[in-house]
Amino acid sequence: MSTLDRIRSDFPILQRQVHGEPLAYLDSTASSQKPRQVLEAMDAYYRHTHANVHRGVHTLSEEATAAYEQARLRIARFINAASPKQVIYTRNATESLNLVAYSWGRANLKPGDEVLITEMEHHSNIVPWQLICQITGATLRFVPITAQGELDFPALDQLLNERTRVFAFTAMSNVLGAINPTAELVAKAHAVGAIAVVDGAQSVPHLHSDVQALDVDFLAFSGHKMLGPTGIGILYGKRALLEAMPPFLGGGDMIREVKMTGSRWNELPYKFEAGTPAIAEAIGLAAAVEYLDQLGMDWVAQHEREITAYAWNRLHEIEGLRVLGPGPERRGGLLSFVLGDLHPHDIAAVLDGAGVAVRAGHHCAQPIHDHFGIPATTRASFYIYNTHAEVDRLIAALHKAKALFEF
Amino acid sequence: MDDLYRENILDHYRYPRHKGHLDAPDIHYHDVNPFCGDEITMEVQLEGDRISAVAFDGKGCAISQASASMLSEAILGMTLDEVKALDKEFILEMLGIPIGPVRLKCALLALKTLKAGAWGVEEWPE
Repeated sequence: MSTLDRIRSDFPILQRQVHGEPLAYLDSTASSQKPRQVLEAMDAYYRHTHANVHRGVHTLSEEATAAYEQARLRIARFINAASPKQVIYTRNATESLNLVAYSWGRANLKPGDEVLITEMEHHSNIVPWQLICQITGATLRFVPITAQGELDFPALDQLLNERTRVFAFTAMSNVLGAINPTAELVAKAHAVGAIAVVDGAQSVPHLHSDVQALDVDFLAFSGHKMLGPTGIGILYGKRALLEAMPPFLGGGDMIREVKMTGSRWNELPYKFEAGTPAIAEAIGLAAAVEYLDQLGMDWVAQHEREITAYAWNRLHEIEGLRVLGPGPERRGGLLSFVLGDLHPHDIAAVLDGAGVAVRAGHHCAQPIHDHFGIPATTRASFYIYNTHAEVDRLIAALHKAKALFEF
Repeated sequence: MDDLYRENILDHYRYPRHKGHLDAPDIHYHDVNPFCGDEITMEVQLEGDRISAVAFDGKGCAISQASASMLSEAILGMTLDEVKALDKEFILEMLGIPIGPVRLKCALLALKTLKAGAWGVEEWPE
């Protein structure tokens, strides 16, 4: 059995049919599917171990706490964090970015300061900064993108200055596929005294991510895009920054002491984890990370590069089709495209009829679409379980859509 | 899928009826579906209390544009009160195809636009 066949046999959902056709799932950039190892880890937790964490002294609570903290350690190792205390559980990358914007931003930003983000950001790395700039009086600025759909580096060098307090950017665009040089961008931010906040929602599932080597100040990512469940995400932060930040949400578990006159905060990472957390989801994410580690992130990246290059070539066989963003050698495993005048919703509906699942719309990144003057795109994205045969079915269904709507 | 794009839907999409603009519309309303960027403008001319001429303009997916074309045909001769009473079921029956929750907004955009005009809702500034 080939590695790819073995992987596919681990994903029960890939056995199902859609409109009488085998499912070709080409929408992992929106959310990946889950291997049975993740499902089983969560199921076993609920069947045998579940109780609230950090509370009871009974056996189940002790075991649940141990499993929950073991999961944190496993995830910390996956991104090479120096300590699990720097790995904060959130709901998703969106909440992680909001945590930084509100907690760090409120404490540190003032009028005259600048927050720099890029035109290729997902809305979750735009809107929190818009909100915090409104609250603090700081100014929000955008690094433009080039016609090729990559960051405009000369413009970036102009925009970064001594007033820049934060440079927040995606490590991989969820529309253009462009992979940004994270370490280089972090170094540029540090050179002007800014902190670097990295949206890793697309990069962490697909590329080896070493937070110490990259020297990022904060890294946000979601569990559900990397084989894990929904409802769990991670914020990694540098220790000194996290220690100095006020809490984000208040409630149980995040306090050391509560008096009617005021409260003192718990230590890291619990200061940022108010209320009963997503325990089973944390355990599920650790199982996902384990799965990726066993494959090896080098295998993951290589598989995606290869299938993306194949899909790039095949898509360009279709007359009138234009892919947004850089060539296959400088992008991750996703391809957003426009096809003549065909509306992405119509394309996606025809593809769905052939069992091929893709995303259609603005993918929560309207500024990119505004930049290219198009309301929406169709996006096919790939992960560890996708095959050349699925790409071939995508191409065949696109020809069918073209025949149906072009006249 | 073949259900969704039945021949009558494709026919209205390819050859839209009443597409364009009226010289002197009594009612003019424009709306968009921000989710997918579909746009519809509906124009109506009245003779007495009945609709004597209709035009629509817009761009978007086949469902939204076919729905606008079919609706334009259907409302000729109706009174404004009859237009105000039109509902989701009317559109679904008119289209005659199964529509899921996500595409429902596409299917209903023309009616939403028309009814906003019929009720005299102030247009959202650009």
